[in-house]
Amino acid sequence: MECTVHLFARARDLAGAGQVRVVLPENATVADLRVALRQLYPRLTSLLEHSALAVDEEFAADQAILTPDAEIALLPPVSGGESS
Amino acid sequence: MIRLTREPIDYHALTEQVRRADCGAVALFLGTVREVTEGRVTTALDYEAYPGMAEKKLGQIEAETRERWPIGDIALIHRLGHLDLGDISVAVAVSCPHRAAAFEACRYAIDRLKQIVPIWKKENWADGTTEWVHPDGTSQGGPTS
Repeated sequence: MECTVHLFARARDLAGAGQVRVVLPENATVADLRVALRQLYPRLTSLLEHSALAVDEEFAADQAILTPDAEIALLPPVSGGESS
Repeated sequence: MIRLTREPIDYHALTEQVRRADCGAVALFLGTVREVTEGRVTTALDYEAYPGMAEKKLGQIEAETRERWPIGDIALIHRLGHLDLGDISVAVAVSCPHRAAAFEACRYAIDRLKQIVPIWKKENWADGTTEWVHPDGTSQGGPTS
């Protein structure tokens, strides 16, 4: 199946696009997607380790199973700021 | 109330909006564009969101805050786009019957916002370079909810 992944902030800069297409086997998981993104966009490797993935606008665990119509987004770490 | 906006935040109106006759305390937090960070000088910040999810998460934070404290009303608003020094990037206004809850609820809401809302900032440094701010997670946990 072909999945579309939305990229934001530094992830978009590193991949060179705000949206990328990734071909995955049926029933691939978020973990499988991470591996595929690393292979397709090696420059994303370090950022990927610290980034969350969202499926249909909700944080997704690595074992979550993807469907072709899911809205997928790579979310780099948010700024957080200093609380003190 | 939650909102993403590209307009300057009218925090006076926001504060007035949350006031209630049965609330004796109103707390307002403003996040502003700061000039110096770890010795580097900022000239501007760019804020970008994943808008659908950012609104969902702001709504989730409103619900969480209402569950934990007696809230008269609460408003969370984040500005997006190109912001100059001193501009207000985010505002949280809360009314509660008494002040302990108002302070705590306001603090909780902004801390939570900075933890789980998919909004990112890009530093525009005085030397002309720009840099997305993505803490590497060694000193803080990543978002899980």
